[in-house]
Amino acid sequence: MKISFSVNGERADLDVEPRRTLADALRDDCGLTGTHLGCEHGVCGACTILVDGEPARACLMFAVQVDGASVSTVEGLQGTDGELHPVQEAFVACHGLQCGFCTPGMLMSACHLLDTKPDADRETIRAEMSGNICRCTGYQSIVDAVERAREEMCAPAVRDSNTAAPWGATFPEE
Amino acid sequence: MKCAPFDYVRASSVEETVKVLGEAAGEGKILAGGQSLVPVLALRMARPAVLVDVNRVPGLSTIRRLDDIVEVGATVRHSRLVEQPEHPLLAEAARWIGHTAIRSRGTTGGSIAHADPSAELPVVAVATGASVTVAGPHGSRDVDAEELFVSALMTSLDEDEMITAVRFPRPARWGFAEFARRHGDFALVTAVVTEVRGRPRITFGGVASVPQRATTAEQALADGKPATEVARIAAEEIEPTADLHGSVEFRRGIAAEMTRRALVQFDSEQEHSR
Repeated sequence: MKISFSVNGERADLDVEPRRTLADALRDDCGLTGTHLGCEHGVCGACTILVDGEPARACLMFAVQVDGASVSTVEGLQGTDGELHPVQEAFVACHGLQCGFCTPGMLMSACHLLDTKPDADRETIRAEMSGNICRCTGYQSIVDAVERAREEMCAPAVRDSNTAAPWGATFPEE
Repeated sequence: MKCAPFDYVRASSVEETVKVLGEAAGEGKILAGGQSLVPVLALRMARPAVLVDVNRVPGLSTIRRLDDIVEVGATVRHSRLVEQPEHPLLAEAARWIGHTAIRSRGTTGGSIAHADPSAELPVVAVATGASVTVAGPHGSRDVDAEELFVSALMTSLDEDEMITAVRFPRPARWGFAEFARRHGDFALVTAVVTEVRGRPRITFGGVASVPQRATTAEQALADGKPATEVARIAAEEIEPTADLHGSVEFRRGIAAEMTRRALVQFDSEQEHSR
């Protein structure tokens, strides 16, 4: 089945079997291996991406479902000249990762959280990030990182410039 | 962890969905949010020949207030239930469903049709006396939620029928309490206390194969018995089964405490409305 969608603002045209998950299509057909696959049945959160700005587990969607949609993955977080996104910077600064396997999903969940709840307190952050499992850090440093990113991104003066998000990009015309 | 092959139909209407399901003769499944269906497919616990995607069927994603009823379309996502102000009990219950990335995909119709006895929305449907609108080849019919749920993961829906909306009456007052081992897990026990058409209802999730009412405890509540007494009666009345998550005694204990907490909220709502 032929589908077209936007990934991090770039158009993707694929011909996929209906049973192909969005996660497999992103990794194997688009070459975007930043989206990690842990459990492949919606438990671990490693494959969390954004579809039209809303978080989704890429292993629980079929690629055919995003025809015409706008998808954002971890690859879209870096700036045009390769600098890290404030959320990525905060994860580095706070040791929010060790092995890094869960990190792409953590980053996408954190971006959505800070986009929708810029005033999130620590309890809210813990609740909102609970769908992403990490087996290394013990979570404290991840919550620290999201708090730090919130302070960086969501201070009123810089909110507009720093949250010019890659998601919400309109579907590119041919 | 890959699904078996299937044919995919992106339906553009309820009629088309029902037609494709009929042609599939029991080998078709509706794909809505996919948060329960896709894991089942990935684990190959089911191998439907046809998936009918209803996510783009127009008219199924609205929330409408109709006097004392809130009608929720089949493809309304849980995240929207959390945000809507029309039905506070639904909003509270939806908050307990899974995690953010699950609530942003999972749908009302899907949760009701999946009929997991530990899921939140089936319990609220029974607790409020909800009516489920079902479309089939010969038109539409309404089913009481209590008659829809037959057993765990089983409903009275025919294989060529689909849920188009659920009408949840707004309870005059309510209380909701849930216990799960981990944040976002399915409930070990959910207790919902509601006042519907002037009568109190006590409904449990997670203690039987379908959402279950405790009618003796309801009568005790109507008779003005104290909360601890009502909770004790409710916990004795239900017949939970033991599994790896907990023994029968443990579940009864949790059920009594969840009932007590739901009753506290139920009673404080009464004070607010006075």
